[in-house]
Amino acid sequence: MRQPWFDARNLEYAYGAYLAVRNVSLSVQHASMTAIIGANGSGKSTLIRMLAGLLEPRRGSITLEGVALNRWNPRLRARQIAYVPQATPVAFPFRAMDIVLSGRTPHAPRYRFEDAQDSEKALAALDFAGAAHLADRPFTSLSGGERQMVVLARALAQEPRLLLLDEPSSSLDLKHRADLIRTLSRLRETTQLAVLMITHDLQLTSAFDQIIAMRCGEVAAQGTAREVLNDALLRDVYGDPNIRSLHSGDQTLVWVEL
Amino acid sequence: MIILLVALVVSTFAALVIGRQTIDPSAIFHDSLSRTLFFRLRLPRVLMGLVIGSSLAMSGGALQALFRNPLADPFMLGVSGGGALGASVAIALGWSARVGGIPIVFLASFAGALAAVSLVKALASSGAATMPGTLLLSGVAVNLISGAAVLTIQYLTDPASALRILRWLVGSLDVVGLEPVGRMVLVLLPAWIALLAFSRQLNLIAIDEDTAVTLGVNVRRCETAVHALCALIVGVTVSAGGAIGFIGLLAPHAVRLLFGEDLRIVLPGSLLLGAAFLVLADALGRTALPSTELPVGAVTGLIGGPLFLWLLRRRQQFSAL
Repeated sequence: MRQPWFDARNLEYAYGAYLAVRNVSLSVQHASMTAIIGANGSGKSTLIRMLAGLLEPRRGSITLEGVALNRWNPRLRARQIAYVPQATPVAFPFRAMDIVLSGRTPHAPRYRFEDAQDSEKALAALDFAGAAHLADRPFTSLSGGERQMVVLARALAQEPRLLLLDEPSSSLDLKHRADLIRTLSRLRETTQLAVLMITHDLQLTSAFDQIIAMRCGEVAAQGTAREVLNDALLRDVYGDPNIRSLHSGDQTLVWVEL
Repeated sequence: MIILLVALVVSTFAALVIGRQTIDPSAIFHDSLSRTLFFRLRLPRVLMGLVIGSSLAMSGGALQALFRNPLADPFMLGVSGGGALGASVAIALGWSARVGGIPIVFLASFAGALAAVSLVKALASSGAATMPGTLLLSGVAVNLISGAAVLTIQYLTDPASALRILRWLVGSLDVVGLEPVGRMVLVLLPAWIALLAFSRQLNLIAIDEDTAVTLGVNVRRCETAVHALCALIVGVTVSAGGAIGFIGLLAPHAVRLLFGEDLRIVLPGSLLLGAAFLVLADALGRTALPSTELPVGAVTGLIGGPLFLWLLRRRQQFSAL
């Protein structure tokens, strides 16, 4: 069998004695969308940080195009994989446009300023993320949701082939959450972008081909939304006996009885 | 950038002319006293001011980005305290020899500055990673401890030595002849250029460290290099000029207000503005009082402190102070 394009095998990570992720394997193909769900502290962010090359797994391997992730030239890797962190606490009032332009770094010559083409791409990315009107605002003056849109635009300006997102929709309103998913779906169609996204918003998962549910650092279930999002599994993953789910057409509705 | 360049040229010229003895530029050509005064004292002093001002300002801008803290300053590294302590020990022990033409007092000051930086770095990186907050606090602590040690030494030695030690505590641009300045430039110029070469990567680190990694920056190598370069630059300037405060804060912030946050502009801009500012402050210190000269460190503190507070109030957008 051909090795998947992006492949993680038996990943393990520990903070001191605390085992945060153990024995997690997953693979991502071009133009696919994968959602990672799970309770707080179930190891989702640790996992995605390993996949982004920010944490070195204690055990296991990550390969991109068959080459170990840590053997990639950092600049070339940055043209393949972009990462959107949960929060970006910027201390200086950089303009939103400056932040988005920084996404062009892996493509631009090292000792030159970004050129007109970079600016064009950055503006297009801002537009795509629905944040064109924020271009000249200082990043520090933006709301949480606006920051998430700008940081998404930064990742899009990077023109990656795999986009890793850590709860990108946590501060977005209903419309902008839908816009985010629409944007990602459109990029999958047009540029073959692969998406791997952590989310607590289970309604969004209906747009994804693959759901990975994590519990206590391990994969509890893996499959389509219809396969994974059932009462028994969700109650187990989130540890609440009052969770209910309802499937209707393509949509999955999950709620908790209060 | 042109504005800054003009400001620098004008302030340099002004500083060359004014002083206790106003030098008429045309007199240099026919009056030997004027010529001696100009080439042995005035010109070296102004050049020293330019070199130290640009060094402090640019390393300030780089350190603010490195620590993601708008209040970081070269002296936060503990370097001024260490430098003053090194000089005080040498003065108190009466070491007056020269090594390779450089007075031992300067070498001791440089060694003290570097020792302080290494200590601060070691204290802050005892965990897995260097924490910006810990680094700043360690720097403040090392500065305070060295300050106390310097005061103790001052109290114990004879009055003449105590007075000489004061020079490193308050900062001064006193210099005779061009050689010391030349030696400094020899070390500092490559360090400046190296620091400027990191400005793009520093930009990304100033925005977010994790993001910088995923954008292909070798963050650890960049941080180590910038830290070492700043330590070297500030160590050299402190050993020559003592603890001259606030330039590393003021110049980068003023440039940011004028031209935005991009460090590829902030760093060279600070270089120019810091030089202009220190040279003017020194000229002011030389002429403000009819009876005596004010040390330049006192002048930068007196002007810089309030100006900094004003800047701070104007910049309420800072999310992290």
